[in-house]
Amino acid sequence: MKDETQYIEVGDDFPGESRRNFFKQSTLLTALALTSGAVVKAAESNWDEKIAAAFEKLPVMLEINGKKYSLSLEPRVTLLDLLREQLALNGTKKGCDHGQCGACTVLVNGRRINACLTLAVMQDGNKITTIEGLCQGDKLHPLQEAFIKHDGFQCGYCTPGQIMSGVAVIREGHAGSEAEIKEYMSGNLCRCGCYPHIVDAIMEVKKGGQQV
Amino acid sequence: MNQFQYVKPSDPKTAIAIVSKEPAAKFIAGGTNLLDLMKKGIVNPEKLVDINNLPFKSIEKASNVFRLGALVLNSDAAEHELVKKHVPLLSMALNAGASPQLRNMATIGGNIMQRTRCSYFYDTVMPCNKREPGSGCGALKGYNRMHAIYNNTESCIAVHPSDMCVALSALNAAVVIQGTGGARRVSINDFFRLPADHPEKDSNLLKGEMITAVEIPANTFGKNIYYLKIRDRSSYAFALVSVAVALDISGGKIRDARLSLGGVAHKPWRLYQSEKFLVGKQVSQANFLEASKLSIQNAKGYEHNSFKLKLVPKAIVEALQKASSNA
Repeated sequence: MKDETQYIEVGDDFPGESRRNFFKQSTLLTALALTSGAVVKAAESNWDEKIAAAFEKLPVMLEINGKKYSLSLEPRVTLLDLLREQLALNGTKKGCDHGQCGACTVLVNGRRINACLTLAVMQDGNKITTIEGLCQGDKLHPLQEAFIKHDGFQCGYCTPGQIMSGVAVIREGHAGSEAEIKEYMSGNLCRCGCYPHIVDAIMEVKKGGQQV
Repeated sequence: MNQFQYVKPSDPKTAIAIVSKEPAAKFIAGGTNLLDLMKKGIVNPEKLVDINNLPFKSIEKASNVFRLGALVLNSDAAEHELVKKHVPLLSMALNAGASPQLRNMATIGGNIMQRTRCSYFYDTVMPCNKREPGSGCGALKGYNRMHAIYNNTESCIAVHPSDMCVALSALNAAVVIQGTGGARRVSINDFFRLPADHPEKDSNLLKGEMITAVEIPANTFGKNIYYLKIRDRSSYAFALVSVAVALDISGGKIRDARLSLGGVAHKPWRLYQSEKFLVGKQVSQANFLEASKLSIQNAKGYEHNSFKLKLVPKAIVEALQKASSNA
């Protein structure tokens, strides 16, 4: 069955006004579909305007790859969805969306996290580095070079997360041995099975002593 | 994810007042478990109270107690010099849990409050007394390989997934709790509940109460500790069985012993009988074997997890050997 409400926001990166209109136009059924108790109650009382106010967007300031962003976001937007869906930084991948695969690994204030399990509003004021922020102009990061040299990927989907995690492993001082690298890279899965090559790439950069 | 309101108060009183008063409000710290549950529609808060601006972020050692703020990150705790020196068992258990990325987000308080990873709890089309009281337990006659062998009910055979809490249980840690009426301390071994008639309740924390710290009493275990985690892959998986051991050994004789298990019960499972047996005994393989046999006296396996009845005693012996040989 065609769901007409679905199309209102498509192609609208910052659906501020349309969101408000969407709620104004919404019928009781639409509100019911949102399932939240407060929403249902509000809809029954024709409080559409109040619902819109309750889900107001929040101001969020982020610095991503050295660039400052002043954003207005719904609280439920994850950092991963913000990067990919609203800022066109889709180097960061959505694998499982549940913190199990590591494809969404980014650095926040220099520390690696899963971007899928944090809300963008929770990161207000923080500095974020994604795979797009690793290279300097046309010059690849040493670990990016090493991944190419050692064939550290096949399909490439997990690669941005692997590289971000690999950079963190070296910076954290957890690249002392093959076993240590394996343990500290365990949050990044690779279905193609490129693990030995990924470890080789990290080992080489660590041994090379380059600035990472 | 359903929509929700978001607030970030800067004092504990306000945060506690909101969650105490509003039935559909919840605290969020690291978010690594809560957001996962919200995406699946298992937990549907209408308001999130972000507590990351609150001050519970310090690690302090006093003469008789080691104190970790509830907002200390799992990775910071695991790598902290004082933790490694004075409570190495905690560091070991923390590093056995999750992945480096998750440990950089997850907090001490959040680790305690994480929900079970029982696949029937996570699958909203399946019955689950923990998720939906009265709907039944999908695991009881289902694929229960990961499930509990120490139970006081068949209404829920889920296990608590934390590694950190198993170490805290062995160390007799206390959970410091703040509510609208003041603060209280509860031993971690009393903090968690067995499912009994209320499998939906993981702990005895009341609505609106907030964990502010964990306190570990000073101990004399030194380096005679070990955290053994047995899982389906060599890293980044929940425990099939885990064992936290702490021994106070003097002249080859055991003066004090602590044993707690993970992956086998609704809470970290202390083995008081085995501990009692070990106290006063010599460090020996025979004594370790005898202590391990006592561990499964009251255990019961289900269709797919009976292997744990064999695995538990063997894991205990190995962990005791490792702990007693650490110089």
